[in-house]
Amino acid sequence: MENLEQLVQGGLAAVEQADSLQALDQIRVEYLGKKGVITQQAKTLGKLSAEERPAAGQKINEAKGQVEQAINARRSDLERIVIEQKLAGESIDVSLPGRGQDLGGLHPVTRTLQRIEDFFSRAGYTVEQGPEIEDDYHNFEALNIPGHHPARAMHDTFYFNPGTLLRTHTSPVQIRTMEAGKPPFRMICPGRVYRCDSDMTHTPMFHQVEGLLVEKNVSFADLKSTVEEFLRVFFERDLQVRFRPSYFPFTEPSAEVDIEWGREADGSIKWLEIMGCGMVHPKVFGYCGIDAEEYRGFAFGMGVERLAMLRYGVNDLRMFFENDLRFLRQFR
Amino acid sequence: MKFSEQWLREWVNPEISSQELMDQITMAGLEVDGFEPVAGKFQGVVVGEVLSAEPHPDADKLRVCQVSDGNQTVQVVCGAPNVRQGIKVPFAVIGAVLPGDFKIRKAKLRGQPSEGMLCSGSELGLSEDHDGIMELPGDAPVGVAVSDYLKLNDVAIDVDLTPNRSDCLSIKGIAREVGVLNSIVPQVPQIDPVEAVHSEVPDIRIDAPAGCPRYLGRILRNVDLQAETPLWMQEKLRRSGVRSIDAAVDVTNFVMLEQGQPLHAFDRDEISQGIVVRMALPAEKLVLLDGQEVELTEQTLVIADHEKPIAIAGIMGGEHSGVSPKTRDLVLEAAYFDPITLAGKARHYGLHTDASHRFERGVDYELARNAMERATRLLMDIVGGEPGEIVEVVSAEHLPKERTIDLRSQRLADVLGLDIDRTKVEEILIRLGLTIGKLLKNGWRINVPSFRPDISIEEDLIEEVGRIYGYNNLPVTEPTGSLGLKANEEAVRPVSAIHDYFVSHGYQEAITYSFVDPKVQDQIDPEHEGIALANPISSDLSVMRTSLWSGLLKTVAHNQNRQQSRIRLFETGLRFLQDDQRIDQRPMLAGVVVGSQYPENWVNGRRTADFFDVKGELEGLFSLLGIEVGFVGSRHPALHPGQTAELLRDGEHVGWLGTLHPQVQKNLELNGTILMFELSLNSIITGYVPNFKEISKFPEVRRDLAIIISSEVAFADVERVARKHAGERLTALRAFDVYEGESLGEGNRSLALSLFWQHPERTLNEDEVHSLFNGVIDALKEELEATLRS
Repeated sequence: MENLEQLVQGGLAAVEQADSLQALDQIRVEYLGKKGVITQQAKTLGKLSAEERPAAGQKINEAKGQVEQAINARRSDLERIVIEQKLAGESIDVSLPGRGQDLGGLHPVTRTLQRIEDFFSRAGYTVEQGPEIEDDYHNFEALNIPGHHPARAMHDTFYFNPGTLLRTHTSPVQIRTMEAGKPPFRMICPGRVYRCDSDMTHTPMFHQVEGLLVEKNVSFADLKSTVEEFLRVFFERDLQVRFRPSYFPFTEPSAEVDIEWGREADGSIKWLEIMGCGMVHPKVFGYCGIDAEEYRGFAFGMGVERLAMLRYGVNDLRMFFENDLRFLRQFR
Repeated sequence: MKFSEQWLREWVNPEISSQELMDQITMAGLEVDGFEPVAGKFQGVVVGEVLSAEPHPDADKLRVCQVSDGNQTVQVVCGAPNVRQGIKVPFAVIGAVLPGDFKIRKAKLRGQPSEGMLCSGSELGLSEDHDGIMELPGDAPVGVAVSDYLKLNDVAIDVDLTPNRSDCLSIKGIAREVGVLNSIVPQVPQIDPVEAVHSEVPDIRIDAPAGCPRYLGRILRNVDLQAETPLWMQEKLRRSGVRSIDAAVDVTNFVMLEQGQPLHAFDRDEISQGIVVRMALPAEKLVLLDGQEVELTEQTLVIADHEKPIAIAGIMGGEHSGVSPKTRDLVLEAAYFDPITLAGKARHYGLHTDASHRFERGVDYELARNAMERATRLLMDIVGGEPGEIVEVVSAEHLPKERTIDLRSQRLADVLGLDIDRTKVEEILIRLGLTIGKLLKNGWRINVPSFRPDISIEEDLIEEVGRIYGYNNLPVTEPTGSLGLKANEEAVRPVSAIHDYFVSHGYQEAITYSFVDPKVQDQIDPEHEGIALANPISSDLSVMRTSLWSGLLKTVAHNQNRQQSRIRLFETGLRFLQDDQRIDQRPMLAGVVVGSQYPENWVNGRRTADFFDVKGELEGLFSLLGIEVGFVGSRHPALHPGQTAELLRDGEHVGWLGTLHPQVQKNLELNGTILMFELSLNSIITGYVPNFKEISKFPEVRRDLAIIISSEVAFADVERVARKHAGERLTALRAFDVYEGESLGEGNRSLALSLFWQHPERTLNEDEVHSLFNGVIDALKEELEATLRS
């Protein structure tokens, strides 16, 4: 039986030497296959006595097991090496840039409009649209701007003919919405508006958002909270807001809204005019067939470009309409 | 309205700083636009007296003067033409510092020692006037600091008044406001009627009483218009931004600034017979005080004599009838002109005057007589003269009506959101000059004074109370109210989803002007004429866009000129078409693509975007919106004739996709292959709400075929024929290869298609698929002359 021991040693040595899965498989056949040298040892059992046979059989099995175990261990080593070699060949430079379409971006005015719309939508306001070529009645008359008001003069308004013009504000959308529906109303009217003016700080087209709330019981105090909350949410700051008496033909009382915007040299608050607002003028309700004794309303309006300039630090209004990609890409 | 703080404080003088005063009136609705000191910063300048002025021995234009500063007499060399013995002047002594940090030192001028400087108004920052040294009144006390003597510790405050507050276009009006804010009763100068010393009166007739319901005239005889306006009045005018002209003009301006009533003075000798207030006659002409001749329109209210117009009412006087130093007798005018009659008239003649500014906004219609008495007295103090009686012509029916308005305390509280104490409300109203005609059970009956034309309804009174109480002292409350939530239609996608889609596909949103250059638009859309503006800002922004392409292509040019070669833009907005009598304003979605399809990268370089890239992106959009849109070869004047697709949804036109026509591209000086699309938003925005269908458990069968077919036959036709014969179990049809090559013969191409069938309830058997597939092949052969590729 010393021979068996030698065979095992020989097998283990051969396994150790095997450098590929094929070589290893040959060794397996050579030692453990049907005609393998260790398998063949079983034939010698017939020559032994019945008493000796079990012990010898066990030894042969042990020898088989020993070699089999070594083969399995070597196989998993070799498999691992193969995978490692394969992976080594698959390395990529992860620092190279990715490929595909890049991202475009929204115009800063649209981005600003979306933030404004989002705020008011959550507060239950609908978003209303209307024509940009308007008639005199909806743009002026129904807003209590009579024929002799300076705002109707040629130098402010783009006309097509005496009764047809480019809307100078989005308020006519409020009139049209009130004409078509029944109070209560909560709406904002975003959109393009036009004034016949072009210089460093004016473009002949710009954007406004005007808002309107009509209820049975609404007050100037309610207007204040709406405007203040909006401005704080928009600028994401707890800034100071003040209301200054002013004049608009379509609201009474009327106010300009100033926000805190830095400090003056003497440390006092620097105020910046940001929007206009007021309680809806009873005459406007009259034009829309709403009983001003039963309903009250507040309205507010703001310039979108101005808000965008303050929010993003843009210092030239005209850039909004040049559509220079180097400008637009900064707002993606 | 610009005014001197000192002048205001002569009327009402609260114990607050200048800054506090300005903040206060700003917060009352009289917005302070700015302020400036009324003089430059200087020190060491006193009232000096020129004791003698002798010619300089070595210089023709200089004089050697002996000047007293009250303590001593020094020699000063002066070059001013008006320096002469006996006058009193601002004298900067040695050590004085003038504006601009200019220090006065001992000097020698052409050999003569000079100890100090005699100053002009401009050297002290008092005026633009630097023709000579400033002459002070003969009674000016020598040695007193000029800043004290002229009370130069003052600021000129500029208030940007809203058009409703005509009552504040005067010191009197602003003093009233400041009085209310500080609970002080303003000091009002006493105005007594001037007694007539002769019986000569002007003949006045009003032919246009609606435009001029009230006209007052008075003759002032034997005036001396050589007399100089006193310095105190000149200074008040100067600090209010008004130039001193002569005594008559200065006094009328002074009264206008103080009281708010514009006045005018005519030379009586230039008025033929009497004064007629009437509308201008056709083609009447008038030379105005500023020298320009205007042709009057019939809508213009004029002051005329019996021959000719002598002034445009409430706007500007005529040159001919104006006063001059030679004028002996004056006719003074004070009137109330109707704001609506005057509205826009000054602008029509290219004018804007202090008078027109006030009359257009509404002057106190009861003010004319008092203002005329005030002006007469001031004039007589300066130019002497003999006053006559005032003649007043009034048309009571055309004057504004007296207004009585009920203010309900409940309404006041409801609108402002605060129940303000009754006595506080009354105090505010009374101090504003309103009178409480009657106490009502639920409020007040208020009489509105003639100087507040802006107050006509209850809300106006509520604003007054809120404004004076302080908007910032009102509470802040959340609106309450029950508003039904508005439903969103699920099948309608918000436009923001379309925005996001294009952004994620590499498009940058643009916003271009709605008015465009007609020359560019004519290249893009020659079949439609853009609606033209009557008063465009410039010719390249003069017609409304009929397509969003004009603006987008202009944007492409702008960016190509700035080294941008890869441009992908989209825009949403209205386009405008004249449609018979109607104007069609339709929301559109448009885009342009030029340059490489993907950002330059290290794998596939810079493949230029082509028609099918953009088509694929649009197809993606249509999937997102849940709609089916067909692309049909077509023609469009702006697009390449062989690369144009009309987009149809259920047979209805929804838009265009194509390559910009090379000729148009050349005309517009653009580079590269430019792909463009434009879709009507309303035609694509509504899709569908998904409706679940059972998923088939049975296998899908695929069959491929390749055909050779004329290139003239559109894929869409192949698909249509194939679908028609593929039976109802066809689930998909795709083209997986398109090939053109010589081997296929001239004008042919090869198309490879795959067809997929599936049955919801059973496995399709080989025979039925085979027969459908063969049916498709036969139909393609028969209907489209295709041959099967072997």
